[in-house]
Amino acid sequence: MTTTQHTPPGETRVVDKAQYGLAAGIGIAGAYVIYDATTLHKGFADQPVQPYTFPFIVGAGLIVLAVLLALATARGDVPEAEEGEDVDLTTGSDWVTVGKLVVVFALNFALISWLGWAITGALLFAGTAHVLGARSIVRSLAIGVVLSVLSWYGFYSGLGLAIPAGVLDGVL
Amino acid sequence: MGSFDLLMQGFENAFTPTNLLYACIGVLLGTAVGVLPGIGPAMTLALLLPITYSVEPASALIMFAGIYYGGMYGGSTTSILLNTPGESSSVVTAIEGNKMAKAGRAAQALATAAIGSFVAGTIGTLLLVLFAPKLATEVVKLGAPSYFALLLLALFAVTAVLGSSRLRGFTALFIGLAIGLVGTSTGQPRLTFGSPLLADGIDIVVVAVAIFAIGEALWVASHLRRRPLDIIPVGQPWMSRDDWGRSWKPWLRGTAFGFPFGALPAGGAELPTFLSYITERKLAKNPEEFGHGAIEGVAGPEAANNASAAGTLVPLLAMGLPTTATAAVILLAFQSYGIETGPGLFDSQPILVWTLLASLFIGNTLLLVLNLPLAPVWAKLLQIPRPYLYAGILFFASLGAYSVNFQWFDLLILLVIGLLGLAMRRFGLPVLPLIIGVILGPRLEAQLTEALAISSGDVSTLWSEPVAVIVYVIIGATLLFIIGNGLRTMANNRKVDA
Repeated sequence: MTTTQHTPPGETRVVDKAQYGLAAGIGIAGAYVIYDATTLHKGFADQPVQPYTFPFIVGAGLIVLAVLLALATARGDVPEAEEGEDVDLTTGSDWVTVGKLVVVFALNFALISWLGWAITGALLFAGTAHVLGARSIVRSLAIGVVLSVLSWYGFYSGLGLAIPAGVLDGVL
Repeated sequence: MGSFDLLMQGFENAFTPTNLLYACIGVLLGTAVGVLPGIGPAMTLALLLPITYSVEPASALIMFAGIYYGGMYGGSTTSILLNTPGESSSVVTAIEGNKMAKAGRAAQALATAAIGSFVAGTIGTLLLVLFAPKLATEVVKLGAPSYFALLLLALFAVTAVLGSSRLRGFTALFIGLAIGLVGTSTGQPRLTFGSPLLADGIDIVVVAVAIFAIGEALWVASHLRRRPLDIIPVGQPWMSRDDWGRSWKPWLRGTAFGFPFGALPAGGAELPTFLSYITERKLAKNPEEFGHGAIEGVAGPEAANNASAAGTLVPLLAMGLPTTATAAVILLAFQSYGIETGPGLFDSQPILVWTLLASLFIGNTLLLVLNLPLAPVWAKLLQIPRPYLYAGILFFASLGAYSVNFQWFDLLILLVIGLLGLAMRRFGLPVLPLIIGVILGPRLEAQLTEALAISSGDVSTLWSEPVAVIVYVIIGATLLFIIGNGLRTMANNRKVDA
């Protein structure tokens, strides 16, 4: 239950350099919260908690925590990455796969207004399954189409919500 | 009307065919997702929040309660059959449970987990029925200053007591508080980056889905296990007379550990399951069996796990304070129905609350009846091809976030916060303080405003009520302890370095 990881003597201290990046990000976020607070005006004169009160506290807290995190990192504090059933922490991180997933995901929200969920949802499923290593593209696409069309009708008849159909308007 | 009559009325409402159906769906779905790797009960509930747009509140909450209990049970199945527990609450179960399974006693391990969960869940729910309404009548008398103090305590306890790194806990909490600031305050846009789409704040459903589902799926994708897991095949769970004799006491002791810890503001199942495990090891007739598959080591922690789940519903229903990720999402479900959560819940929504409580008993029984025969089927779920599983999670997460407003912008927010969730998993930042911060942050601000408005700006009103003073003393004492502990370890480290 300590915040600093202990390094046995003789071993070189491991510094997780990426954690400096995290600390910087948190510090910048805190600074922005404070900057945003300075742009807020007083509400009513007799209002006890002004709109900028909480942002000042939260922003200051973020900056203090960012500094502490940077200090802890320098002292050799390494994070305990989260484990899980399908997580294998013994191999390196595969950021290429994550990047591809983000691209597929971005395509989804870029196209959804035009093509509609029934199409982009299917592409999202097939695309992400393919990136994650599914062998048959045809099968992924088929499952994706079934899922997205079923979910469209499920929302429409089950929940009474019409998901915008995009180019398929009138077809579904 | 006394609690008993209200409960009976609750049973009457819960026993309608529709509600029973929802209870069944909830229990089955909960167990299925509990078994599925990568999906926990909190994520499932977050993904299912869209159904609150049109399903009756009682039915939806009954289903959610079923998922909660079912998810806990499913988690234990995974940790017994695979040696990789998915939820932190089943870590302890895995120690002896997996050893039992490897020694060919998987059926007995699953049976003692299932029956123990039933026993603990039923006792826990009884205690919940006894305590929650009483607590609510006391809390409802408290003023805004005390309520503000309790909110602070909940935030503080969840952050400071759980998890291995407090620095990371508080970092996650403040990120959550910052997300909660986004929106409009006294007619002015706050932290909206000039976008009118953010003027109503970031929908908490989108935040929950992003952090739980997208963050998890991306994190798994970055470390996907390439070799298949060893799954131990299992038949119908059963126990011999001897197993019963060794199990019933640990069940009861586990329940006694689990419920109070669950009901505390720093609720959670990690500590009580661990305490139950070491107690059983100490009390066992043949302690040398521990570490090689002792049934007591499965029975006790599993009971503690389920009793603590019932316990976490005490602060949730009586005070509107969520202390676990799953409870936080259940609170969101209440909120999306426009139901005011807090101490007034028992008065304003008696039918709903008592139907929910009655359905907990029903769900628990269904869990036992359905899961003993279904165990071999659940074990098969573990073989689902991972690309389809995680593609499915991303698919349903997108659908859930999109269905909030049918705006592509929510999907962009989903991705951004999902990447934050990925970073949090990479850097070991706990997820729970962030979610609790997003939910409770705005309420903290509202309570403070209310308290100070009543006292016309006099800050001393904050410690004018005895409950508030006690709470601040508790927070202060814990803080001192943490700082003292931190300084001591620092001093020790220096000694070693020199």
